[in-house]
Amino acid sequence: MSSALIRYAPLGLLAIAWELIARLGLVSSSALPPLSKVVVSWFGLLQSGELVTNGVASLYRGSAGLLLAVVIGAALGIVMAWWRPVNALVSPLVEMFYPMPKSALIPVTAVWLGFGDGSKILLIFLGCMLPVTLGAFNGARASDRMLVWSARSMGASRPRMLWDVVVPSALPEMLNGIRTAIALAFILLVSSELIVARQGLGYLIGYLGADGAYAPMFAVVLTVAFLGFAADRLYMQVVRRVLAWRD
Amino acid sequence: MARLEKGAAALRARSGELAWRAAPFLSVALLIAAWEGVSASGAVTAFMLPGPARVFGRVWAEAVSGDLWINVGLTLYRALAGFAIAALAGVALGFAMARNRLAHWFFDPIISAGFPMPKIAFLPIVILWLGLFDVSKIVMVSLDAVFPVVTATLVGIAGVERELLWSARNMGAKEREVLWQIVLPAALPQIMTGLQVALPIALIVAVVTEMVMGGYGLGAATMTAWRFANSAGVFAGIVEIAAVGFVVVKGMAMLRRRLLLWHPEALEPSTV
Repeated sequence: MSSALIRYAPLGLLAIAWELIARLGLVSSSALPPLSKVVVSWFGLLQSGELVTNGVASLYRGSAGLLLAVVIGAALGIVMAWWRPVNALVSPLVEMFYPMPKSALIPVTAVWLGFGDGSKILLIFLGCMLPVTLGAFNGARASDRMLVWSARSMGASRPRMLWDVVVPSALPEMLNGIRTAIALAFILLVSSELIVARQGLGYLIGYLGADGAYAPMFAVVLTVAFLGFAADRLYMQVVRRVLAWRD
Repeated sequence: MARLEKGAAALRARSGELAWRAAPFLSVALLIAAWEGVSASGAVTAFMLPGPARVFGRVWAEAVSGDLWINVGLTLYRALAGFAIAALAGVALGFAMARNRLAHWFFDPIISAGFPMPKIAFLPIVILWLGLFDVSKIVMVSLDAVFPVVTATLVGIAGVERELLWSARNMGAKEREVLWQIVLPAALPQIMTGLQVALPIALIVAVVTEMVMGGYGLGAATMTAWRFANSAGVFAGIVEIAAVGFVVVKGMAMLRRRLLLWHPEALEPSTV
């Protein structure tokens, strides 16, 4: 307990410094509202329901897009590793689009699907798929030849082998790719909501900022930052569980 | 006869190999053909998907008029300036944290909590503080790109073999010499990996800041085309941004191979 306290004390120091700088008037209160005021307006946003409705919209978009990216991306990666013609055709495209700054897709998904949920889900799906594909591909390609051979010699059918041997051995790298995808999903979600949206936490940040309501804006920014942090920590817990069978 | 059969088999193997080599060109050609096919078939409107000829024509027109080069230059300047600041600051902070316990105590929770946060959410605050011009874009890029560099530097320094340090010190190397001649080169593969994670982030963030703030730059130009419902311009923007990303990221991988010629990890990490 006390060691955690010492470890995270710097964050507390930063919070105190924030409050002091704002309270002592070292910077104008519109540039940096005191932390206490930000906390109060966070509860205000919670009570008015704005935080919840926009938060639910963002989380829905993020998780739907991410789910599609993980399922389709992982399947594509494993098929690429398993079947050479698919690899020959798809991997040049993966290599071509992997380095593309995914934020370029924000306007085009808006052209296709407008301002609502659909365009964000498509954006996150397209933007987050390739890290998962690449992770699954690299993991599956490196799957132990010995295991594959012995499974085959013991008479495992091809689909059975894919599921029992290749997928588990691709898992660690694939889970790594999914971690990258989660971070990317947050970036794309917030950016696209800042730019083209009428709902969502990113939209709320932009809206409050344009309104000059800086304390609530800071509150939403901190909420988004915390959600990103919490999602990563939660995911790492799950990964530890999933990979517990490995030594 | 046997020789002939062997020759035929070899020829078949050769032509098979050639087919695999040709596959990348085939897949890109297929992609463009499918694009043309869908847009020409009328299944979607020309607004939803302008054909490749129109999109590449638009890129060409922008290149001829010179707009393209201004936009590419500005985007690259913002992304690479922010990236350079993040690289220097990140490596310096990593070294400071590795050598100084107080620095480690102070920055460790900030780095580990800040890494997974979507820093882009702070963009309106950065705009509020620094305005709508290059400074805030570059600050935003550095803020996003610095975390992977610090983390990778720490991992790299922690992995330096103790024996190397001991023998260098035994042979009378000064701390500065140990730092520059032992620790930095030994940690370089990890640092390069961190930089290779940071660079695409820098590009993504540069494009987003341009989209939000407007003005010039590839992101801003794409957004302007979108506001005027000029979908050929939107697709041209994607092509241009993708091309810039490809060149910059591949350039970084080449730089890695150059810098790490002496090291078994010279090839780019598989997930970057």
